[in-house]
Amino acid sequence: MMEQSRLKEPIISIKNLYYHYGQANVLENINLDVKKGDFLGLVGPNGSGKSTLIKCILGLQQAQKGEVLLFGEQAAKFRRWDKIGYVSQKASSFNTSFPATVFEVVSMGLFGKVGLFRFLKREHRIKVKEALEAVGMDAYSSRNIGELSGGQQQRVFIARALVSEPELLILDEPTVGVDALSADTFYQMLKDLHRERNMTLLLVTHDVGVMSDYVTNVACLNKTLHFHGKTDEFEKVSKEKLSSFYGHKVHVLDHTH
Amino acid sequence: MEGTLKMAFFQFEFLQNALMTGLMIGLIAPVLGVFIVVRKQALIADALSHITLAGIAANLLLGKWSTVFAGVNPVYMGMVFSVSGALLIERLRKVYKHYEELAIPIIMSAGIGLSVIFISLADGFNTDLFNYLFGSIISVTRSDVWTIFVVMVVVLAVIWALYKELFVLSFDEEQAKLSGIKGSGILLVFMAMTALVIAASMKIVGILLVSSLMTLPVAASIRVARGFKQAFILSVIFGETAVISGLILSYYLDLASGGTIVICSVIILLLAISYKKWKMTGEEKIYGPKSYDR
Repeated sequence: MMEQSRLKEPIISIKNLYYHYGQANVLENINLDVKKGDFLGLVGPNGSGKSTLIKCILGLQQAQKGEVLLFGEQAAKFRRWDKIGYVSQKASSFNTSFPATVFEVVSMGLFGKVGLFRFLKREHRIKVKEALEAVGMDAYSSRNIGELSGGQQQRVFIARALVSEPELLILDEPTVGVDALSADTFYQMLKDLHRERNMTLLLVTHDVGVMSDYVTNVACLNKTLHFHGKTDEFEKVSKEKLSSFYGHKVHVLDHTH
Repeated sequence: MEGTLKMAFFQFEFLQNALMTGLMIGLIAPVLGVFIVVRKQALIADALSHITLAGIAANLLLGKWSTVFAGVNPVYMGMVFSVSGALLIERLRKVYKHYEELAIPIIMSAGIGLSVIFISLADGFNTDLFNYLFGSIISVTRSDVWTIFVVMVVVLAVIWALYKELFVLSFDEEQAKLSGIKGSGILLVFMAMTALVIAASMKIVGILLVSSLMTLPVAASIRVARGFKQAFILSVIFGETAVISGLILSYYLDLASGGTIVICSVIILLLAISYKKWKMTGEEKIYGPKSYDR
């Protein structure tokens, strides 16, 4: 089993990563591998550097020290962005009066593949429809994106990330601004995507309790990585350790469905 | 009544010029305006129109000093100033990263300042300059028609080529970057196109009114459109309707063409807003729109 997992190529490989903003260190000495088929939950309190780490992975921000490899290639030189789907905290920060239908939003995910001077072909339209079906939003295809609820919008953004058939899906706090019930079905949908498509997922959240029901691996971040391992190992970690890492008392809720 | 307009149209070249330029501007101004409005940069058109005025005033001044410039269409100098202003705005937005909107008042006041200096050097206003301020269909020449035609072809080609990219960039820049779209270059080209259209269209609507043709039809369309493509098409329909009805009304009622066109777009905007209100249910009137397809 150990041998087998070692053979898997890491999809994301972060080595000795440092990031500072002015004088303040945001990330210190991060080493993290995400292997094919992992469903990694990246947790940490607010301001722990989670989003910065994601932006470094996506090449949206440059770290001062260390390196990020995506599919074995340096993030700065990486060009195969169609292999990576990304969903940000859109539900809370989104311009809801933007005139775009659900279909138009999802089709944006294909623009990198369609190329300059070209328009969507029939095959692209079919892919958009399939992505919407996968997240259960095909009935809303011609609605304006702003008319949907936060949870529905987030599903649409997942569809946009899925439409280019990525191998890795990165989600940065996707359930911010989404009610608890919708969040649960949302996580269930991610779990299904992980199982059915053998997709690699990286989920950023500050919601420790809910997440542990769905992910296979956990990484705890607060400037540095405090824990990285399988979910069941994570659950064995004493509550005191978690509290010290969060800086206050943490209640790990049990979710049994 | 229709017969007399038809006769007048074939009789007077200025009416043909006015209608042709009007139709072309009614198309390209909203086409660019859609992207300007959704990028929340509606005021950029105003800043650029003021810097265009400086270009025109400079040309009128140079025309007084040298015969070389006297024969040149001032629109070209307006374009040079307008495009330079557009590039400057993009530079300033980078300098003031966290105060991006500052670029607009800076360029606008620089434009007005330069215009006033050039006008005073040229010994004050003349009718020529007045026409550029508020627009005048009578002053549109055949050479203006051809200039606008070339601008239209260039703008339509660029928008056709970059439609997807501009759409993603307007919606969310992070996604654009992850799709491998080089944002800054595309936006620079787009700004240059906007500057060209503003400089080209001021003869008919005037500098003080040109931004309205870029923003009002779009403001009306996003009230009623479902999706971006529809907003795009409706903006053009509203823009053309405003131009045609404005020109016809100004001809019959002997009104200033620029002002009439703008008031026509205001009326279309009000109609779009009331249509939306009328379509909404009572609940939506209180809590905001839920959906358009009830």
